[in-house]
Amino acid sequence: MRVEALIKRRRNNLIFFAVLLAATLVSIIITEFEVTKAFTSIPRAIGWAVKSFYPNANSLEKIPKILVKLRETVLLSIASTTVAAIFAAFLALFGSKTTQINSFLAAVSRGIASIFRNIPVAAWALILLLSFGQSSLTGYFALFFATWGFLTRAFMETIDEVGSEGVEALKAVGASYFHIIFQAVIPSSLPQMISWVLFMVETNIRSSTLVGILTGTGIGFIFNLYYKSFQYNAASLVVVFIIISVLVIEYISNYVRRVIL
Amino acid sequence: MNFSETLKSLWVQSPGKRQGIAAKKYIIKRANKASIVMNITLISLAILTIYGFFTFEYKDVKILEVIAATAANFKTMLLEPRFNHFDLSKGLYQVGVTLGLAFLTTLIGGFIALFLGLLAAQNLSSLIVSNIIKGFVAFVRAVPTVLWVLIFAVAAGLGSVAAVIGMTFHTVGYLIKAYSESFEEVDAGVIEALKGSGANWWQIVFQAVIPSSATYLLSWTFMRFEINYMNAVAMGAAAGAGGIGYELFMDSSFYFDLREIGLITYFILAIAVMLEFISIKLKVKLRED
Repeated sequence: MRVEALIKRRRNNLIFFAVLLAATLVSIIITEFEVTKAFTSIPRAIGWAVKSFYPNANSLEKIPKILVKLRETVLLSIASTTVAAIFAAFLALFGSKTTQINSFLAAVSRGIASIFRNIPVAAWALILLLSFGQSSLTGYFALFFATWGFLTRAFMETIDEVGSEGVEALKAVGASYFHIIFQAVIPSSLPQMISWVLFMVETNIRSSTLVGILTGTGIGFIFNLYYKSFQYNAASLVVVFIIISVLVIEYISNYVRRVIL
Repeated sequence: MNFSETLKSLWVQSPGKRQGIAAKKYIIKRANKASIVMNITLISLAILTIYGFFTFEYKDVKILEVIAATAANFKTMLLEPRFNHFDLSKGLYQVGVTLGLAFLTTLIGGFIALFLGLLAAQNLSSLIVSNIIKGFVAFVRAVPTVLWVLIFAVAAGLGSVAAVIGMTFHTVGYLIKAYSESFEEVDAGVIEALKGSGANWWQIVFQAVIPSSATYLLSWTFMRFEINYMNAVAMGAAAGAGGIGYELFMDSSFYFDLREIGLITYFILAIAVMLEFISIKLKVKLRED
């Protein structure tokens, strides 16, 4: 018996690796991925970065301009996340097993969340670009929709996980639906929800760089501008500022998480 | 995506560890501090949001008109999807390209992360090495994926090579974290027993650590594949990597073709939902085994 099990396991492993190999070959062919170029381009990229991808004295003059764009991007991420969080909280209350009004509404809100979450933020940006043009609002709504979908799902899981404490007790003493929501569900799931909001603010700063490149706004736009005009020193300075802002926000949110969770 | 696990990917030290001998008074103090910090966070977010709305470049967008136009656009996209510039076989091919980019990224990233994850796991490595790798991951994560791709595009040219290498960075960062935590959960007794019987590090890794965490590794890797699919769509649009994202970009920025955008969005959504479905099934199956 044991031998048979071993043989079966070995065969399964063999099938797994064969499928993996086949998928790799298909992927290499279909994406026109040049394996040798991939290997040679890594040292070339490092060499290029050392030679020309660092901030120099000239690029330092561009700091004020970069900071204006950075502020726009950071505020865009925060504003889209907080507003999306408010909408997500409502949708999550309808969708969560603990607080749903009926199962039909719950299924509908889960479906909405799933659709919004599974359309990539880049696709949202390109869809909205047609009506909003190259304004901050395009990026704002792109981030808003994707964040709304993500946070709804996250909040639903949070409510199901920790928000159900005390709900039964309150129901037993005859508390109303709104009492239960505001006295039990929201207080107990708020710390985790805040944690999720902070996580999305971080994620959205990175996403809004991408959205900025597509829609011509914020820090992504200014990076693309320097990058496309071969001003690599200035472009590297933009990267430095993005790194600093992401790390600072990560530090703050890690501190907040440590205290509240 | 598993949410409580994603949150863990931030490497936050859990407060419980530092609270072992907490006196009652300390707990009350902590609760106060927690509610103060929570209020400050909420108020700051609210203020920054309002301030943000005053500073955005609206560029004379007339909000009501635009919302009406957007609603009309959405209606066209959702109800009248149609091919114009390519057909079904080309569309499926382009989806295949996007999936291929995601697959290669996940494969290469997973391979690198397997080794670095072993070095980042505290039970298999030293504290210094583990911390160096964590620092490296924090740096990698701070640079957005699209910038990694564009930086590599200078050396490799815009295309699949730059896209895969660029996307590999975040993949490695994410998977190192996931893998090393799976490794840390391996029973310490097994490792001790193997050490005692004279097994070397490689033997411990390949005979005990990897086999016993293989199912977790697989489930995490597939989760990253889902994320990489989304990234590959984005890189097609923003960094010339080809695939369905590139078609979407062309329709949105050059042809202004709402009906085809609608169709492509359905394509992207269908694949993403399918991947999520597989991921959930996979997780259930792994849990049963």
